[in-house]
Amino acid sequence: MSDKRTMVDALNLALHEEMKRDDNAILLGEDVGVDGGIFRVSKGLIETFGEERIIDTPLAESGIVGTAIGMAMAGLRPIAEMQFSGFSYFAYHQIESHAARMRWRSRGRYHVPLVVRMPYGGGVRALEHHSESREVIYTHTPGLRTVIPSGPKNACQLLKAAIRDPDPVIFLEPKAVYRSVKEEVPEDLDPLPLDKAAHVREGDELTFVSYGAMLHRTLEAADRLQEEDGISCDVIDLLTLAPLDAATVVKSASQTGRVVVVTEAPQSYGPAAEIAARVAEDAFVKLEAPVGRVAGYDIHMPFFAREQSYLPSVDRITDTARYTLEF
Amino acid sequence: MPQIGMKPNDPVPVLSVLNQDGALDETLEPDLSEDTLHRMYRTMLEARLFDERLLNLQRQGKLGTFAPVRGQEAAQVGSISALEEDDWMVPSFRENAAALWRGTPMDGLFLFIAGYNEGLAIPDGKKDLPVAVPVASQLPHAVGLAYAEKFRKTDNVAMVYFGDGATSEGDFHEALNFAGVMEVPVVFVCQNNQWAISVPRKKQTASHSIAQKAHAYGIQGIQVDGNDVLAVHAATRDAVERARNEHKPTLIECVTYRMEVHTTADDPTVYRDDEDVEAWEERDPIKRMRDYLTGKDIWSDDQEEELRDTVKKQIEEAWKKTQKTIEGLDDPTVIFDHMFDEPTHLIKEQRARFEQDLQSGRDADE
Repeated sequence: MSDKRTMVDALNLALHEEMKRDDNAILLGEDVGVDGGIFRVSKGLIETFGEERIIDTPLAESGIVGTAIGMAMAGLRPIAEMQFSGFSYFAYHQIESHAARMRWRSRGRYHVPLVVRMPYGGGVRALEHHSESREVIYTHTPGLRTVIPSGPKNACQLLKAAIRDPDPVIFLEPKAVYRSVKEEVPEDLDPLPLDKAAHVREGDELTFVSYGAMLHRTLEAADRLQEEDGISCDVIDLLTLAPLDAATVVKSASQTGRVVVVTEAPQSYGPAAEIAARVAEDAFVKLEAPVGRVAGYDIHMPFFAREQSYLPSVDRITDTARYTLEF
Repeated sequence: MPQIGMKPNDPVPVLSVLNQDGALDETLEPDLSEDTLHRMYRTMLEARLFDERLLNLQRQGKLGTFAPVRGQEAAQVGSISALEEDDWMVPSFRENAAALWRGTPMDGLFLFIAGYNEGLAIPDGKKDLPVAVPVASQLPHAVGLAYAEKFRKTDNVAMVYFGDGATSEGDFHEALNFAGVMEVPVVFVCQNNQWAISVPRKKQTASHSIAQKAHAYGIQGIQVDGNDVLAVHAATRDAVERARNEHKPTLIECVTYRMEVHTTADDPTVYRDDEDVEAWEERDPIKRMRDYLTGKDIWSDDQEEELRDTVKKQIEEAWKKTQKTIEGLDDPTVIFDHMFDEPTHLIKEQRARFEQDLQSGRDADE
């Protein structure tokens, strides 16, 4: 039997395995039970684990996360689902004021082993509030880890790690990748560390840094640069945005001297700005060109008919890379 | 006469046991031992005298901003005394009386108000949450704690404190709604002290009572005279038992009054009349309980005097201990502690830079 799975199926596998492994793990959110989640990530869980562990909650994001914080302080391992990241702002207050602070506030007496899962990002022709990339809201909040998988296998391994982590983890799922990529995801995979980037392609002339759905466009651009220009690119998939694995990025930047960051978050104050600053601080003398940024614009995600105009395209990524290479 | 019953405009029961004139409804009087009554009275007095000392030290510039309890001692001690040690206590930021009942050391409270995180360290084994400053945000936590107890099939409950202002927040609504739907053992204790800083109760809600809001969530609500420690205790004990045995939540509205400033950063003369405050002086919860104890012949002037002396000494000792503790808290690198189970590499990196600055004589500005 093939173990080829989509990201949705891989996340579902991780949930099944972790809930089986830890009787204290609880999933709660809107439509996560009988419906199996609107993207089917929690399909079949309620049949296996019952209504006490798979909870269809009232429609209230702050209530979901606030209740989950209480559960976590009492020793459970809640996994809270926000139906879309665009609705997570209702819960942001609970995340910032309590999930991120409870260990610190209580001097270690309490901690909050909570995962807040949320689909995020554009590219699936969804409604307003369903397509934004607001990861920096979370990466800029002390006391949180922010994780963004890029494919089925690392999604499965990172979700396992997030559930086992003793502190709050914001787990952003790039829904453009939910069903667009299939890969081998065998059962019983080990978790990945929550502070390490992955080196997904070796090259020596330019470093691409990306994550989530944009990693796939970045890889396409790298292919094109190889084919059309004979340029070999190093490609880094961040996986965990906070804490940022700056060392892996800086090491590659020091070898290639050229860096392009690709993200669908709005450009100003975004992840690319932090990465560019780290590269400038730690690899300045090795740089041959300014760090390039291919990001979303500082505008709202357009309604879906024009969302591709907002998102970084393979053309934009390739052009920025060529500018950086020719600088 | 004190009574339990329905008021014409009020769809919830209203409970009073010992009214402000000292009249006692013996049919509703909770059965409390002399020791328990003495302990309740002592905690109320501790909270009152501790408040006075805190204000005094704050005015001298030795402590930071804090929220006084004065006037709400019965609402807090009456309710918290219905909890067992294994139950959860979830405070807002004005629960020093309840905290003292739970055994929170005074020097810890002093240390917190002196601006040190260490003051909020909850002793191991105690099921109290640290102070929550954002209004109403602690209510959903109580629901989650209660869910965890029910999930583990214990008979423990969670009790959460908040004020009248909190009932306007979304988290109040969400928590009561979740509690009703999830059927968890939780008791919501609203100390309706009539003021959310400068905004009076009538501007928070057009509801006749706060207690009646319970009905919208399918849970029980009761309004009690919050300055009547016996009524608060009776109502809370009933609610705790219902939570423990039936997993049914309750909203208790304790009608009381904030006799002091909101916090020491506040000037109430801007927004309320002295006459109002004076009227509530007549309903002082401590005086009312003392009269009750005296009437039962289990309290004397000598005992009163002795207790006041003992508590004052206890407060001074705690303050001395706090000052000594503060002398030992001169290492600023602890600001990096307790962010995560294991500090991340970024926090380690920033901490190392901070330590390097300290070693080379770089200091924080005053």
